[in-house]
Formats: sequence, structure tokens, C-alpha cells
Amino acid sequence: MRGLSFDLSHLLAGGLVLVSFLLLYQNRLYALLNVFALQAVVLSLSVAWQAYVQDADHLYVTAFIAFAFKAIIVPVALHRVIAELGIQRDVENVVGVGPTMLAGLALVALSEVVMLRIASDADALAREDLAFALSVVLLGMLMMVVRRNAVSMVVGFMSLENGLILAAAGAKGMPLVVEVSVAFSVLVALVVIGVFLFRISERFETIDAEALDSFRGRNR
Amino acid sequence: MTGSLDATIVLLALPAAAAALLAVLPSYRLSAAVNVAAALIAFLASLSLFLASPTPNAYILIDDLNVVFVVLNSFVGFTASVFSATYVSHEIDVGHLTAKHLRFYHAMYQFLLFSMNLALIANNIGLMWVAIELATLTTVLMVGIYRTQAAIEAAWKYFILGSVGIALALFGTILIYMAAEPVVGEGVQGMLWTSLMEHAPHFDPALLDLAFVFLLLGYGTKVGLAPLHAWLPDAHAEGPTPISAVLSGLLLNVALYAVLRFKLLLDANAHALAPGPLMATLGLVSVVFAAFMLYRRRDVKRMFAYSSIEHMGIIVFAFGVGGPLANFAALLHMAMHSLTKSAIFYTVGQIAQVKGTQQIADIRGLTVSHPLLGWSLVFGVFAIVGLPPTGVFMSEFLIVTSTFARAPWLALALGLGLLLGLGALVLRMQGMAFGAPAGSTAPAKASALPTLMHFALVLAAGVWLPPPLVAWFQHVAALLR
Repeated sequence: MRGLSFDLSHLLAGGLVLVSFLLLYQNRLYALLNVFALQAVVLSLSVAWQAYVQDADHLYVTAFIAFAFKAIIVPVALHRVIAELGIQRDVENVVGVGPTMLAGLALVALSEVVMLRIASDADALAREDLAFALSVVLLGMLMMVVRRNAVSMVVGFMSLENGLILAAAGAKGMPLVVEVSVAFSVLVALVVIGVFLFRISERFETIDAEALDSFRGRNR
Repeated sequence: MTGSLDATIVLLALPAAAAALLAVLPSYRLSAAVNVAAALIAFLASLSLFLASPTPNAYILIDDLNVVFVVLNSFVGFTASVFSATYVSHEIDVGHLTAKHLRFYHAMYQFLLFSMNLALIANNIGLMWVAIELATLTTVLMVGIYRTQAAIEAAWKYFILGSVGIALALFGTILIYMAAEPVVGEGVQGMLWTSLMEHAPHFDPALLDLAFVFLLLGYGTKVGLAPLHAWLPDAHAEGPTPISAVLSGLLLNVALYAVLRFKLLLDANAHALAPGPLMATLGLVSVVFAAFMLYRRRDVKRMFAYSSIEHMGIIVFAFGVGGPLANFAALLHMAMHSLTKSAIFYTVGQIAQVKGTQQIADIRGLTVSHPLLGWSLVFGVFAIVGLPPTGVFMSEFLIVTSTFARAPWLALALGLGLLLGLGALVLRMQGMAFGAPAGSTAPAKASALPTLMHFALVLAAGVWLPPPLVAWFQHVAALLR
């Protein structure tokens, strides 16, 4: 078991976590999108390797969707949205880079501790994949919390989703993985790109989510 | 057997087909009628499930638990479509919506019914997740349909929080599969409710625990439990009112159903953590938090949205306390809340239309200017705060007494939350219903029939519950432990 296949899956899943960290400190939107595309590439490689190891052909479909949709279509589309709407290229952070990275480290440590302890009976590969996947999910959530800009919030959500796809691919023989990744793609594509960014920019001329906070429940 | 099999097909295929048809129908009057007809047929089909339930297969599971949810959902879905038909024609008249918007709206309405039905009767936890995700997506689009700044903010917030919620739920779903996989083997068996329930005692308890935490947080976001509720008031206040009614009366229940199913799974495993206390805590926090928040509301739909948080809290709390009596009361309360709250939203929607505002301060003297609307509001508030002789009184009474028997201190906190909520709602209702009328006195155009139908049911349930219904609820409550 602990041969090349194990090491490669480990490398790819660990790479995904690493790229999640890279996402955390990007302060330019275009760079953020490029790193996200890189993450999608790593994800599709990782899923494809799982497909090969588990001999599960449907995972190749998931890997292909991850590559085509998230490494190419979404970043290109978001590039165009940013250019056309003239969105400010810098990303404002609510929390500084230092504390964010520390929080990210703490989250990764947390997920490793939780997962490695809990799934001690499970297959070693599945277990570590799950620990990495949980790290990516938590880092994605962290990114959604610390960013003010709507595009980077969406990128945070998509990186969170990458973690979920990794977890689903790592669970041996799990059915519906393809359906789930399609459902997620629909979620991202339809709502975010198709409708919201345009409508929000149409209304506010900026898609900084802070602009949305002009009113809260307070006076209502 | 074949007849009942048809019922589930009708429940899924009919709304899906209707959605496709409504997407191309140009006339909004015609599409409103088609919408009502499709919802009515779906409701009748759901009733037939009581008579004969199909045997579970790899896709569909009908058991005694989800029949209650399906029938309740189809009924409120039907009455909301009746209300919606008159509501949207007013929105067209005043120019809030165009015919193109309505085509989209009606297609989405049926699609929402389809995805909720699918979530309720799916045998597969992955399929259920996909269905709940679709329902979320649909409602996000509908909440944003007015395209005002407020509506877009509400939809955006709902989208972000809802997506994170369902993402967490998916992680929990994957963990459940991983817990099941060593026992039931690879493949689809590890995701079917039927096989999961059968083998749950042998699952790895630690994995189940972790999975439940994710599922409770994930689907709990959709239920609107207190620390995760932020999307709910905005989504209710800014969307079209029929959708507020559907959100409160139906979609929250669908998410609750998911939580309940997973609770059953944990209950079946002797070594897993007891899900009850977690649910009771979240529920109690929601009740008390929402009760305090009710006092500061200035927007009437937002206020009733907080009331929904309070009531979902009560229901989750009661399921968390557990035991036959509390489970019975929770099921009853869920049904009563759905009926009452959607009727209140029908009333409030009409009030907002005739007055042209949702601000509580600008609505006065309704019983004088619009007696039917005003008294509907009075009755609705009395019903939702749980005054006798309505059905909500009975279910809340049962919840409080059964809690006193098992955890007296919790009952005190719950009672405090209920009284606070009662005070706030009655206070605001008085201002709106009585005094000198303010604003427009134009007659209401929307039909009062759905509201009155719901109120009649709520009142009837408070006075006399038919014994077969009681027996059915008791049977389901016993299943829930």
C-alpha cells in the first residue's frame, strides 16, 4: 500500500493545502485568480490519480470537470468580468496577512488532529486525504471571512469546494461524486458569474461586499 | 402498489414538467393558473401516499416519517400558489415585476417544489443533498427577483451563507459514507437511508460523531438556527411574499427533515454521541435570541422571519429533548407553525401591498380600514404566540410540560423565550391592527381564501385533533425515540 501510489496521492493532496495557503495572502485579484487556477489543476491531478489508483473511471470525469471548469472557464470568465466592470484590482483584507496565516496554520493543525485521531481504523490513504480535505475546506472558509471583496469571496468558496471534491474522491467507491461536482459547478456558474456579479455591479458600481453593508437590520 | 408508485412519480415529474412548461408560457395569467393546478395535483398525489406507500428502492424512500413532511409541504405549496396568483397580478399592476420576471418566477416556483419533494423522498443521502442545494439555488434567485439594492444584498447574503452551509453538509455526508463503507461495502449501498439505518449500529462511532457535527451545522444553517441564521431575516423580508411563506413554511422544514434523519442514524448507534443535547442547545439559543431580537424590528416581514427562527428553535429543541411526548409535540408544532406562519405571510403580503410599505410604524388601524386583513393579522399573531385555543398552544404546552418532566431548568429558559416572543409580537400587532388608520385604504385584491383555510385548520387542530391523526403522529414520534 505504502508505495508510489500512496506517496503521489499524499503529494498532490498536500499540494492542494499548500496552494490554499498561497491563496490566503494574494492581494491582487488577477494573481488570486491565477493561483486559484493552479489549485484547480492540482485538484484535477489529484482526482485523476485517485481514479487511477481506485480504478474508478467516473472520477476521470470529475477530474476533467475540475480542470475544464475551474482551471480554465471560471478564471477566464472572472478575468473578463473584472476587466469589463473595472473592479479595483487590489484586495482589501479585514485581517492582516500575518494573523491570517497563523489562523490558517492553526486550522490545518486542528483538522489533522481531529481527522487522524478519529478515523484511526480507516484506510490510511483515505484518512490522510480526508485530513487534507478538511484543511482545504477550513482554509477556504477562512478566506471568505478575511476578504472584503466579492470576487475573492467567490474564490474562497470555490477553494472550499475543491476541498470537498478532494474528500469525495478520496472516499473509496463513493457514488454520485460526478453529480455532486456538476451540482457545485452549476451553483458557482449560474449564480455567481451569470447573475450576481453583473447585477451587483450594475447596482453599486463596485462589487466590494462592504458596499452591500450600507444597511443592516439595525434600522429595519 | 402501482398506484402508489405513481404518486411519487407525480410528485417529482409533475413539478418538473410544469417548470419546463411555465418557462415558455408567455401569459402570466395562464401560468399562474397552471402553477395552481400543478400544485393541487401534487397535493392530491401526496395524500394518496397515506393509503399505500411504495416499497423503497434505490432512489425513493417513503416511510411514515417523511409522509408527514411531504403532505404538509404539498399542501402549503398549493395554498401558496393560490395566494401567489393574486399577489403577482398586483405586482404587475404596480410595475414591481414584468411579465418576463413572472415567467421566470413561476418556472422557479415549480422547480422549487420539485427539488423539495426530491429532498424529502430521496433514499440516497447524496441525492438529498443535491436536491437541497437546488432548492437553495432556486430560492436565492427568487429572493433577488425585485433587483432592488436590498433584494440583491439579501440574495447575496443568503447565497454565501447557504452555500457554506450546504458545503459543510456535503462534508458531513462524505463522512457518513466513509463510516458506512467498511460495514456495507463500497458503492451505492453506503448512501441509502434504508441500508444506513439497518447497519448503523456497527458504524465507527467517532466518524459518525464528526459527521453529525458537520451535518447539524450545515443543514442547521438552512433551518435558521441561531448563530447561523443571518441570511434568514433578509431573505424573508426582501423576496416576494409567497416565497417568504414558502421559505418559512416549507424549506426550513426540509432542512429540519435532513437533520432528523441523521439524528436517527446516530440514535441507532449505541456508542455515538447523543445528538439530543446538541440539538436542544442550538434550539434553545435560537428561541431566546430570536425572542430578544423581535423587539427591535421595524419591518413587519423581518419581524415574522425572526418569529420563524424562534419557532424552528422550539421544534429543534423539542426533538433534541426527545421522548415520545416531546417528539409528538415537535411534529405537531412543525405542522402548526408551517400553517400559521405561511398564513401570516399571506396576510402580511396583502397588507404590504395595500399600504405600499413594510414598515411597522407606517401601518396603523388595519381593523378599521381593512377589517378582514386586520383581524386576520390579530388572529395570526394570537395563533403564532401560542394562545389557546389554537393548535400552536397545544403543541407548545406539550413541549413545555414534557421538558419540565425531563429537564426543568431548560423548561424555564424555554418558557422565558416564549413569553418574551409573545410580548414583542402582541405589542407590534396592536399598533398595526388598532388605532386610527394610516395610509391607503384601497381594498385588498389578493384572495383571503388560503389564509382563512390555514387558520381554520390551526383552530380545528387546537380544538379537536382527529384520533387517526394523533395515532399517526404518535407512531412517528415513537420511531424518532
